[in-house]
Amino acid sequence: MSLVPVFFYLFSTLCIASGAAVIMARNPVHAVLFLILTFFNAAGLFVLLGAQFLALLLVIVYVGAVAVLFLFVVMMLDVDFAQLKAGFIQNAPFGLLVSGVVLGELVVLFVFKGFTPGVLGGSAVASPVPAVTSGVSNIEALGRILYTKYVFLFQMSGLILLVAMIGAIVLTLRHKAGVKRQVIAAQVARSPHETVEVVEIPSGGAVVPSVEGQ
Amino acid sequence: MEIGIGHYLTVAACLFTLGILGIFLNRKNVIVILMSIELMLLAVNINLVAFSHFMPLEGGKTGDLTGQVFALFVLTVAAAESAIGLAIIVAYFRNRGSIAVDDINMMKG
Repeated sequence: MSLVPVFFYLFSTLCIASGAAVIMARNPVHAVLFLILTFFNAAGLFVLLGAQFLALLLVIVYVGAVAVLFLFVVMMLDVDFAQLKAGFIQNAPFGLLVSGVVLGELVVLFVFKGFTPGVLGGSAVASPVPAVTSGVSNIEALGRILYTKYVFLFQMSGLILLVAMIGAIVLTLRHKAGVKRQVIAAQVARSPHETVEVVEIPSGGAVVPSVEGQ
Repeated sequence: MEIGIGHYLTVAACLFTLGILGIFLNRKNVIVILMSIELMLLAVNINLVAFSHFMPLEGGKTGDLTGQVFALFVLTVAAAESAIGLAIIVAYFRNRGSIAVDDINMMKG
């Protein structure tokens, strides 16, 4: 008796239930926590499909970075959630109609069209990469094609991440007034005659050096 | 009972529908809109990985890694997009004091 169907139904039920809780939660922190639960269950589904690297990547990147970022922003912004939920009831019928149509179309497609393996044929995919090469782990098999066949896309996704990082910093960085900070250009451009002042002190006397403000 | 590709695609379809419903129901709240977009992207990822697992190859085997590579890139773009989206929300909140995006029509002619 295989445990795969048990785990599949467990993960998929929890995934869909927590997805529903995300959109209907009253408290924004609860919504983000249910989103994290959805991601965990989707990672479980990925493990069942043999994509172990992608499952752990989902947990590390999606949950560990993106969902935590959501949590930061939710906690940072002081939002009156009750006022935002005002349009819930009046938008519900139209939303249910549209989403019911989408779900109905997709389910009808799966039920009636089906997926017969012979339809695709061998020539449909240019050169399929087998997922289970003998004795090679999932992550090594991914590495074998990611850095050779898809290296251009890999570099492009790195560029996308760089642009996103720069964009996020540009959008949110601000300099508050009254905060002392270094101005490196001014420091480097200082010349010796502005810094050192030679003072003649008569013996037995005291001279207060003049303060030159910078 | 054998879990076939139809099962995984149904799960993905339900998640996608929940994402669409979330956008419809929460039109004012931009953080829940962003989370609904993440749900839709997750549904697409499940779809891609399911196809990667069940794609038939010659010799009777199944499985083609291209779907997983594509899902990896979708994950990358989703992370980048939610970072920028949240930065925009923070900048918007600093200027407006609320995140009700129902009536942003300041630039309307």
